[in-house]
Amino acid sequence: MPSTSDSLLAATFDEQVDSFFAPVSEWITAVVFFAIPLDFIDEGVVLPLIVVWLVIAGFFFTVYLRGFQFRAFKHAIQLARGDYNDPRDAGEVTHFQALATAVSGTVGLGNIAGVAVAISLGGPGATLWMIIAGLVGMCTKGVECTLGVKYRNVYADGRVSGGPMYYLTKGLKEKSPKLGTFGKVLAVLFCIFTLGGAVGGGNMFQANQAFSQAQSVTGGADGPLGGGAAGAIFGLILALFVGAVIIGGIRSIARVTDKLVPFMAVFYVIACLTVLIANLTAVPEALWAIVSQAFTPEAGFGGVVGVLIQGFRRAAFSNEAGLGSAAIAHSAVKTSEPATEGHVAVLEPFIDTVVICTMTALAIVITGTYADEASAPGVQTTSAAFGTVVGWFPIVLAVAVVLFAYSTMLAWSYYGLKAATYLFGESMLVDRTWKLIFCIFVVIGASSTLDAVIGFSDSMIFLMSLPNIIGLYILARVVKKELFGYRARLEQGEILPVAERT
Amino acid sequence: MPESIVVGLDGSEASGRAAEAAADAARRHDLRLLLACVVPWSPYSFTSAEENERRSVEKEREATAARERVLDPVVTRLSAPGDLEVEGVVRHGHPAETLVSLARDYDAAWITVGRVGQSRVRTMLFGSTPSSLIQLSPVPVLVVP
Repeated sequence: MPSTSDSLLAATFDEQVDSFFAPVSEWITAVVFFAIPLDFIDEGVVLPLIVVWLVIAGFFFTVYLRGFQFRAFKHAIQLARGDYNDPRDAGEVTHFQALATAVSGTVGLGNIAGVAVAISLGGPGATLWMIIAGLVGMCTKGVECTLGVKYRNVYADGRVSGGPMYYLTKGLKEKSPKLGTFGKVLAVLFCIFTLGGAVGGGNMFQANQAFSQAQSVTGGADGPLGGGAAGAIFGLILALFVGAVIIGGIRSIARVTDKLVPFMAVFYVIACLTVLIANLTAVPEALWAIVSQAFTPEAGFGGVVGVLIQGFRRAAFSNEAGLGSAAIAHSAVKTSEPATEGHVAVLEPFIDTVVICTMTALAIVITGTYADEASAPGVQTTSAAFGTVVGWFPIVLAVAVVLFAYSTMLAWSYYGLKAATYLFGESMLVDRTWKLIFCIFVVIGASSTLDAVIGFSDSMIFLMSLPNIIGLYILARVVKKELFGYRARLEQGEILPVAERT
Repeated sequence: MPESIVVGLDGSEASGRAAEAAADAARRHDLRLLLACVVPWSPYSFTSAEENERRSVEKEREATAARERVLDPVVTRLSAPGDLEVEGVVRHGHPAETLVSLARDYDAAWITVGRVGQSRVRTMLFGSTPSSLIQLSPVPVLVVP
């Protein structure tokens, strides 16, 4: 037992971190989530412009590419399955690996905690809007990953670097030299926001929720993790594990999590299904609540907009469509056809949002834990939903949360590194400085309160969509030509599965 | 008529003995000897973004290491007398499947491998290249202890 003076000292440490961080977060959140008051609809209803920005992009590309994501689905599965992998390519990054890597970066706490936040604040109806956001997000992701591969850098030693910074620079320059300068500005902005997003949503939010769940399953505020400095100590241990891989190059730890995370994702879905099966009779009612409350007729149009915003906001945070992050992970794929990766990428928001987030949402809605005002919205809401079925499920969830958080941190440290090296050049100094900063923020994230962390992480991650989507609009014709040209050749039989080639 | 004998090399003593046995047989039957070193790799393994970015570089590095440390010493030793046509290849993939595919491509009389000598539990859990080969191979498999 620590002495009273120790506890007080420790408590002040956490509070100090938080009190320093909260005002910064509040200021950034206010700027990024600048919202128009919609008093003519209902008093108090506001529309954050950044959410409109993402949603319009999703709908625009869905219409512009004639519902490409729905037509791409079958071929995307064939590609991921390896039907079109040339055996001579074996030994490099396949479509499956590129997809799995990007999915392990996105399947994480957004699917567990983000969904709980959306439903706690927006009600069950937010789920429907999350699914719709996921469906249109599939198209945005297909577009950005096509461009990611088309404009990637392939170095002489065989390494590959890609992502929005490259298509913003090269793609816009290809259109016109004047646009080239503009593209460079956008690329720099994108990289700055990626650095912020990496320390926010890709790091602090993950550390924070991992600590929250670990604290909750070990007895809450009265347990061993209830002490004042517990957050900082937990963060420090987590930072050591992150640092061991990203700084120390101990790839064996990463390899273990890379293998465990996909299994945990499957296990998580099975756990959700268990909750659903245990409450099978309540499923139709929950589905009806999700559909009917998405339009909340009793709350009027204002209520609908409120629910819609929550749904779209959390979906974008979960599947990252439109942010450009996945384009960095997908760029390493071995293909001579950028459109193939555009096809495969559409599967990602489908797996992340349409399947996994919906599972979480159903578990939360069925068990009604979102209505409990005593617990903070976040991972604990999902944990309580799991706890209604089997007492030890929250412990399993805690393990899943820590693993998801860890793998997401590793993915985002890489995205941040790519942004840092684009901005400051490839050097050991840039590499090490970035990785050190990243580890420090793990500690800050675990020590800070959820509001401050969510606000900051949302802001930075959403800001990435500004330069990225401007670039996507400018390069829309390039993508259309690429995707439609590929599909035409596919339909004419010019591109055949490997087994049918002579 | 078969033209060659395929030997799977993994750097172990047993695979060295397998290569010697195959070389004797190849001389007797006037066949070519194909020494193959397969770096285990699956297109369905899970990797991190950083590993993906460096995959081509890693592939090259692994192939070079396999060639220098495992393949070349055996190729040099067996081809030294000059009475045998010896070729060495490095491939990435599933070891048993890749050896089978090489056996088809090189029209092999049989495939020779060394015995892994791992515990029953390990074999039960992870399988072994010789036992997978026996299941997959269209040609006889010779396992050298």
